[in-house]
Amino acid sequence: MGRRQFLKSSGGVALFITASGLLPNILSCTDSKGVERQLTKHDVTAWVRITEDGQITIYNPAAEMGQGSMTSLPLVFAEEMDADWSKVHVEFSPQEADIYGSPGWQPGTKLMFTVGSRTTNSYYSVMRKAGAQARYVLLHSAAAHWQVPITELSTGPSEVIHEKSDKKIGYGALVAYLAMPETLPDFSESGLKDPKDFRLIGSQIPRTEIPEKVDGSALFAIDLRLPDMVYGVLERGALHGATPTLTNEEDILAMEGVLKVVPFDYAIGVVANTLEAALSAKKALAIQWGDAQAKGFNSQEIYPTYAKMASAPEKGKTVNELGDVDRAWRTAAKTYEADFKNDYVYHAQMEPLNAIVQVAQDGQSAEVWVGSQQGPDTKLGIPGLLGIPHEAVKVNLQYLGGGFGRRSMNDFVVECGSLAQAMAPQPVKLVWTREDDVTYGCFRPLTLQRLKVSTDAQGTLTGFSHCVVGDGGNLVASGAGNDHYAIPNQWVEWREASHGVRLKHWRSVGHGPNKFAIEAMLDEVAHNQGVDPIALRRKLMVNATRALATLEKVAEISDWNAPLPEGRAKGVAFVEHGSLGTGVCEISVDRTSGTIKVHRFWIALDAGVVIQPDNVKAQMEGGVIMGISSVLKEQITVVNGQVQQRNYNDYQLLRMQEVPDSIETVILSSAEHPEGVGETATPMVAGAIANAFLRLTGKRLRHLPFTPERVLAVLNS
Amino acid sequence: MIMATYSLNINGTSHEVDVAPGTSLLWVLREHLGLTGTKYGCGIAQCGTCTIHVDGNPVRACILQVDTMAKGQQIKTIEGLSEKGDHPVQQAWITAQAPQCGYCQSGQIMQAAALLETNPNPSREEIKSYMNGVLCRCGTYLRILKAIEMAKEQTSKTS
Ligand code: FES
Ligand code: FES
Repeated sequence: MGRRQFLKSSGGVALFITASGLLPNILSCTDSKGVERQLTKHDVTAWVRITEDGQITIYNPAAEMGQGSMTSLPLVFAEEMDADWSKVHVEFSPQEADIYGSPGWQPGTKLMFTVGSRTTNSYYSVMRKAGAQARYVLLHSAAAHWQVPITELSTGPSEVIHEKSDKKIGYGALVAYLAMPETLPDFSESGLKDPKDFRLIGSQIPRTEIPEKVDGSALFAIDLRLPDMVYGVLERGALHGATPTLTNEEDILAMEGVLKVVPFDYAIGVVANTLEAALSAKKALAIQWGDAQAKGFNSQEIYPTYAKMASAPEKGKTVNELGDVDRAWRTAAKTYEADFKNDYVYHAQMEPLNAIVQVAQDGQSAEVWVGSQQGPDTKLGIPGLLGIPHEAVKVNLQYLGGGFGRRSMNDFVVECGSLAQAMAPQPVKLVWTREDDVTYGCFRPLTLQRLKVSTDAQGTLTGFSHCVVGDGGNLVASGAGNDHYAIPNQWVEWREASHGVRLKHWRSVGHGPNKFAIEAMLDEVAHNQGVDPIALRRKLMVNATRALATLEKVAEISDWNAPLPEGRAKGVAFVEHGSLGTGVCEISVDRTSGTIKVHRFWIALDAGVVIQPDNVKAQMEGGVIMGISSVLKEQITVVNGQVQQRNYNDYQLLRMQEVPDSIETVILSSAEHPEGVGETATPMVAGAIANAFLRLTGKRLRHLPFTPERVLAVLNS
Repeated sequence: MIMATYSLNINGTSHEVDVAPGTSLLWVLREHLGLTGTKYGCGIAQCGTCTIHVDGNPVRACILQVDTMAKGQQIKTIEGLSEKGDHPVQQAWITAQAPQCGYCQSGQIMQAAALLETNPNPSREEIKSYMNGVLCRCGTYLRILKAIEMAKEQTSKTS
């Protein structure tokens, strides 16, 4: 760590921590362009701005899509800085990964990417260290000002204290005396606050952005209007990747308000001076669609083919291997085998995809306004599209009206960039209609999973194999492992299919289908052996103390062994997704309609240190609701390559009248490094429901979603 | 398409807009008048994110045509629900920390405010049924329920 520089101005002092030396100029913090120019020129980290009146601005480097990063990351910084939280204001940081990234997937790399529930996990140490360095600078400045040794100083909320002389100075008042220390400690774990002294982390802190989300003033990208802005829409094929031929371009161009027709390989774009004119033109497009890979593909008829693939003698790609499953099969007292299936599901984030892009007249720079989960390219594909340098693109991150994995892909940003390029220098707002969002969606892949389990004479599990058949590599393979279950012989493989249907990470990715299959399989074994499902898992978790604690806790809070009213049953499922959680649900089934009702849900969670307990609970609630919705209702089907659903009328989400009476979460206390919580609850739901159903009816649900028709078919089988 | 001028009474103020007849009230509010608290989610009255009040009744702006709304009706959007974002429903929403992404919440709040206008003391089942038309993908339903129950207590205490 080299030297630092403070940037003083009437707008306050930005604490810039540089690795490469002093900045040459003093610049105004209110001149954000100037600050940014410096940021791109120097290896600088600016996390905080303090003004003389004690107001503190902390930068949040992660996307805010409802998961609470706008509070949790600044809160960690404020904790170590010892800031008075009531004086803290939060802003998005510039989208520059070299400066604001957290450690990436490869050692030595940095990444700004709000995916995989990695935000708190990957930024916790970054924010603590930066906050501690900010505090150190304040301590150093007070020591110089008072001429006392720094070791005699301590801090309270936003003030430096010299107990000996009974002196105090607020952080705002210190701005006038800021002095630069020669060196800045690196703050390994030991120099940081003792977690028992935390004032902010782990307490009930309301989320910073909630007030603007209840008065309608919170801005999503779709809400922005820029001077001279025009509107773009695209008509894309229901057959993904089909090439369009527009046969009435002249008629379209003659329509009121239409400014331009922009052809894409897979779509026709229209730009107009109002949104309604653009939408009218979109409706009037006469397009002949070519063929594409997906043509002839029928999603609901593919399962027998997948089953045959699972039976083929050649193995697929090994995902995980432990011991020797073939030996386990040979020496087994008993083996179990079952196929589990899941249909495509769609993200259905409430804010349809959209972006605004403005390309300069000369095409050499661009500005983007977007709700994005960011990405390895923080400029979201625009530099590549326009052939301009990374620094020539500015991205203004907005709130996301839901992400769930869909907004970690740049297709919509690049589309908007193409329209803006055609319209330069006018800014273009691209809006996907809900129909666009559904039919040209990127889905969680359809899979078939063949599971095989062996037990010895005592009923102990000796082997477990999991063969996933489907399209999408890690999209289908994630979560198909059993690290927390002591099963000596394990084998996980992926057998590849390919259909040309667009696919994408969907909250918890492969964990959804895979944890369903694993947890349901365990209960099928328990059911056959007449063993209690909790007892079976307790035995399997013998070496996984933290996982076991979540199992014991949830058994306790759900009163697992208590007698239930007639027609009700409980089911359990365990999930690891960074954090560890075990869930229990209580269900009933209407045997005439086939409708499953989830009455209650309980979760015990170990997520390491928890920054915002109430927000973690909110994530559990939301995760369970999204889980129930997808498990009971959601289904995308493809006929002859064409996506059959168009909007919320035929892609149904869980509604208010269908929610459980309660979702109760207990967070186990832990001093371990924080783990992500956004994707731990969703994949519990399918297994828990299927397992409750098995205990209630003796029948097995093995195909997601558990629609009333499927439930009836199973009940009558 | 011939443009026409419409005069709309929104949040107690009269607004003139020049748009094509048949234009959705939602686009008029959002793109022409900048009242973007009202959201677009589906355009077919399935999601409720565009819920506003017309003469006190909760309606879906996406399926209303501007022509039919320029007859003196009182239109209220989330921006006009309260002066400082402190309607009892909004306060309860903050206490319950209801929103996640927030995108559906204007619609939820407008629907809930209309409920308590017409039925100051709804049962849990009545709340669920009244709120059933507004979707939340983030799954905040239980906190919305809690917030409405809190707002109802608050309203009955002060009235
Ligand atoms: S946008 Fe109006 S109900 Fe969905
Ligand atoms: S809070 Fe995100 S859709 Fe409701």
